Amino acid sequence: MEFAELIKTPRVDNVVLHRPFFPAVEGTLCLTGHHLILSSRQDNTEELWLLHSNIDAIDKRFVGPLGTIIIKCKDFRIIQLDIPGMEECLNIASSIEALSTLDSITLMYPFFYRPMFEVIEDGWHSFLPEQEFELYSSATSEWRLSYVNKEFAVCPSYPPIVIVPNAIDDEALRKVATFRHGGRFPVLSYYHKKNGMVIMRSGQPLTGTNGRRCREDEKLVNATLRAGKRGYIIDTRPLNSAQQARARGGGFEQEAHYPQWRRIHKSIERYHILQESLIKLVEACNDQTHNMDRWLSRLEASNWLTHIKEILTTACLAAQCLDREGASILIHGTEGTDSTLQVTSLAQIILEPRSRTIQGFEALIEREWLQAGHPFQQRCAQSAYCNSKQKWESPVFLLFLDCVWQILRQFPCSFEFNENLLIMLFEHAYASQFGTFLGNNESERCKLKLQQKTMSLWSWVNRPSELSKFTNPLFEANNLVIWPSVAPQSLQLWEGIFLRWNRSSKYLDEAYEEMVNIIEYNKELQAKVNILRRQLAELETEDGMQESP
Amino acid sequence: MEHIRTTKVEQVKLLDRFSTSNKSLTGTLYLTATHLLFIDSHQKETWILHHHIALVEKLALTTSGCPLVIQCKNFRIVHFIVPRERDCHDIYNSLLQLSKQAKYEDLYAFSYNPKQNDSERLRGWQLVDLAEEYKRMGLPNSNWQLSDANRDYKICETYPRELYVPRIASKPIIVGSSKFRSKGRFPVLSYYHQNKEAAICRCSQPLSGFSARCLEDEHLLQAISKANPANRYMYVMDTRPRLNAMANRAAGKGYENEDNYSNIRFQFVGIENIHVMRSSLQKLLEVSGTKGLSVSDFYSGLESAGWLRHIKAVTDAAIFLARAIMVENASVLVHCSDGWDRTSQVCSLGSLLLDPYYRTIRGFMIHEHIHSCQFGNFIGNCQKEREELKLKEKTYSLWPFLLHDQKKYFNPLYSSTSQKLAVLEPNTVSFNFKFWRNMYHQFDRTLHPRQSVFNIIMNMNEQNKQLQKDVKDLESQIKQHKNKQTDGVLTKELLNSVRPESPALKTSLCLKEQTLLPVKDALRTVEGSSPADNRYSEYADEFSKAEPAVVSSEYGVARMTC
Repeated sequence: MEFAELIKTPRVDNVVLHRPFFPAVEGTLCLTGHHLILSSRQDNTEELWLLHSNIDAIDKRFVGPLGTIIIKCKDFRIIQLDIPGMEECLNIASSIEALSTLDSITLMYPFFYRPMFEVIEDGWHSFLPEQEFELYSSATSEWRLSYVNKEFAVCPSYPPIVIVPNAIDDEALRKVATFRHGGRFPVLSYYHKKNGMVIMRSGQPLTGTNGRRCREDEKLVNATLRAGKRGYIIDTRPLNSAQQARARGGGFEQEAHYPQWRRIHKSIERYHILQESLIKLVEACNDQTHNMDRWLSRLEASNWLTHIKEILTTACLAAQCLDREGASILIHGTEGTDSTLQVTSLAQIILEPRSRTIQGFEALIEREWLQAGHPFQQRCAQSAYCNSKQKWESPVFLLFLDCVWQILRQFPCSFEFNENLLIMLFEHAYASQFGTFLGNNESERCKLKLQQKTMSLWSWVNRPSELSKFTNPLFEANNLVIWPSVAPQSLQLWEGIFLRWNRSSKYLDEAYEEMVNIIEYNKELQAKVNILRRQLAELETEDGMQESP
Repeated sequence: MEHIRTTKVEQVKLLDRFSTSNKSLTGTLYLTATHLLFIDSHQKETWILHHHIALVEKLALTTSGCPLVIQCKNFRIVHFIVPRERDCHDIYNSLLQLSKQAKYEDLYAFSYNPKQNDSERLRGWQLVDLAEEYKRMGLPNSNWQLSDANRDYKICETYPRELYVPRIASKPIIVGSSKFRSKGRFPVLSYYHQNKEAAICRCSQPLSGFSARCLEDEHLLQAISKANPANRYMYVMDTRPRLNAMANRAAGKGYENEDNYSNIRFQFVGIENIHVMRSSLQKLLEVSGTKGLSVSDFYSGLESAGWLRHIKAVTDAAIFLARAIMVENASVLVHCSDGWDRTSQVCSLGSLLLDPYYRTIRGFMIHEHIHSCQFGNFIGNCQKEREELKLKEKTYSLWPFLLHDQKKYFNPLYSSTSQKLAVLEPNTVSFNFKFWRNMYHQFDRTLHPRQSVFNIIMNMNEQNKQLQKDVKDLESQIKQHKNKQTDGVLTKELLNSVRPESPALKTSLCLKEQTLLPVKDALRTVEGSSPADNRYSEYADEFSKAEPAVVSSEYGVARMTC
């Protein structure tokens, strides 16, 4: 297919662009295969340079010959284009609709994007499972790397390399895979060096209504506990959902067969319930005319912060079991690709100082989201303005980022990165020039040959010029476990995401800059004092020598 | 002291306010003439001033003892369990008596002695000099003058002696107007905007009923209007909801009839009265104090309490006021019913938006201790009462203490040069108003961020000042040394040729760089964060109790119920 077929009118003059916080600007609108560009041709800059894939929905309106297209983006921004001429407007609108909903992944921009920057380190090789495992292997010999999924035959949504108990061979893993949803047998997610306890994750066991068992599964799960140790299975579904799942062939572990383990049910919502929550929240945030009562009631009705609280609480519970109770954890919901990953990754943010550094956080995203098989392609196909009633879309990853933001707010000095990194990840998960978030799992990415054909997001982010934007000036490494408050009074609406286009942050930005200045000045002064002290010490010794003879 | 029967009770438990599992600290409770003091087993002290106490409740006896709940005006809520009912009863009765404000003279402020001599005390009271403040605004001038009409509190008891009024308003006009206003509170100047020559004036509601009018009052308003050469009309803001104002007419009060006053623009702004506000705050505290509060209940509670709605209403009114002056150059007269609650809110917030001076510490003299009775500033209801109480001789002013401590109150990000932005116009879209956790939960440590950006930046700012000084000192010391050395340069060369590598020099170079930041590090460490504080789950308590043996029996139970 040629993009040209989809573009009937590639260019319109005298188009007026309306954006939040900027005066309207008139210019020439150009459509390319992947971008919508508007330029007033002043200062050689483009006022608008928008990826089609960032467009979530469009509305058209006509007043006489003047057409208006309202573009709603996946990052929640809403812009408006006034286009003279009904035909031009209709052409542009239908082109945008077609280009923003391309079926084939290989037609997407990452396959066409040619980076204008020098790649210092290829991000596709920045976080290799072998390297990650090395961080643990010095501390324990109870775990090993398994290549059983090399061909993606055992579990299509797992990466080729996973970490499993040393005592369990690949043959047993194959059997366990048949007993777990999607073949997702229990694998190591996190090893707590302090006490050797672990977080594992998996899909639900396929016990069905007649209580099917799998000896290998029981052996695997039990093998991870030393004698006399306890473990907790955290099922992210409420008990009745887990019971209902049995009718569809799923289910939960019978404690009788896993004697050292105790099961805890939590209720983290999934799929369309989260999607509807997002739609309601963004709708509420976009309406500035609400009086106070209406705003509060719509914020409440969206349930967004309830979901945040639920996810954070579960993650804290997991971390608490590990760190305070000295117990290991197995986490799953149904598939083990959504709420499970929210919990395993947040627990690591709480427990593991490394995951609060930039590198460590990227590694966490790579390990616990991309390689762990969170279906980004499906979940992030549409955002808050989608009206298609598909059930795959869900802001699972955004909720995770929001939870990280909540912890970051409560521990503003414990993270090497700032809010901007989280916002950037949100944007790229939904629309990007990079291949990192394409596909639903490693198997699909492999087939798409993303490593050869597209650029990794990490190649771009991990350059000093970009990193400086994401660095938290207040960061001072601390090796502590950080326990956030999950009280409703302590949770807040993430304004950097949800109010970003609805209010000016000018004064807040100024205050932030002033803060950075104070910190920079402090560093400068300290360095200076140290140099002067050394100089003085040198002079004093010289003086001493002069006097000594 | 006659109210105190029991001065000390041991083995008292202080419950964690939000714990669903009744987590508590055990310690000793002391009752003094002025304070209630609890010292827990970690020797941490909790002091409660009797006059801070808003409410004492004795709840039904439980197996562990007699619960005593104390709510303070500064939003502290403490929940004690006293082992013996009798002790609890004694303390309860004592607190009831001690927390009552029977006479002003019983207040702690009258016995508080901060070791100031008389001249220091006097200076403290003079820190906030209203005459100076009027001078700063450029008064008196050709349009406004100081009136001595209320010199002996004859016209209005609740007004101060010194009042600014339009120069053309004669005493008979003032007297006439005061008779037409509730409590005699006739229109007087509250703030004068020098550049715009526009004024904020305040008063109480007119006694207009359904049709009454008063020529003197009309003249006084006209005089205020004329005192502003830049604009012919003035605004009259009635800060009450229209319905309330209309209801007042039946009682012979009400609001200005636009037809009777030349060139006024009348405007209701709909701020609720103190009774609504009081119950709103009560509701807010009830909601935020709920154990095991869900997000949903928090937000619906926030909505039904209406607190943020009131905050927004007051802010909107203040913005209306500031805009009238800045955009339209118009003077504004503000009133509500008596003109001392809503009117004060709107006038003071309005001038805060207009005048950068009020956003400095000296300008604002923030009243964090507004409920405090330690100082005399907020005792009494008006200047007359304060004079009769002889506060200036018998109590101390709060302001010198605040100024002495002002480092604590400095905003490190404040920049006086950015005051180009002289007039603030906050955005009052609903989503910009938030529950003020730092105020209403100031004593609930676990609800707050565990690291405070604000404190770190504040300390860094202070440290920068010290470092600047250090740099200067070091530079001058180095200079001295260098001067000394040029004198002895020959000796030095001689020495170096003998001993090229001095061991002493080596060690000095290896001097470890001094750690400069003990304060900062302490601040950055994560303070008191623990999973137990945060109530992640009801399992938490089982976890902490469970010994392996107990656990296995629990498994048994779980198996049976499954």
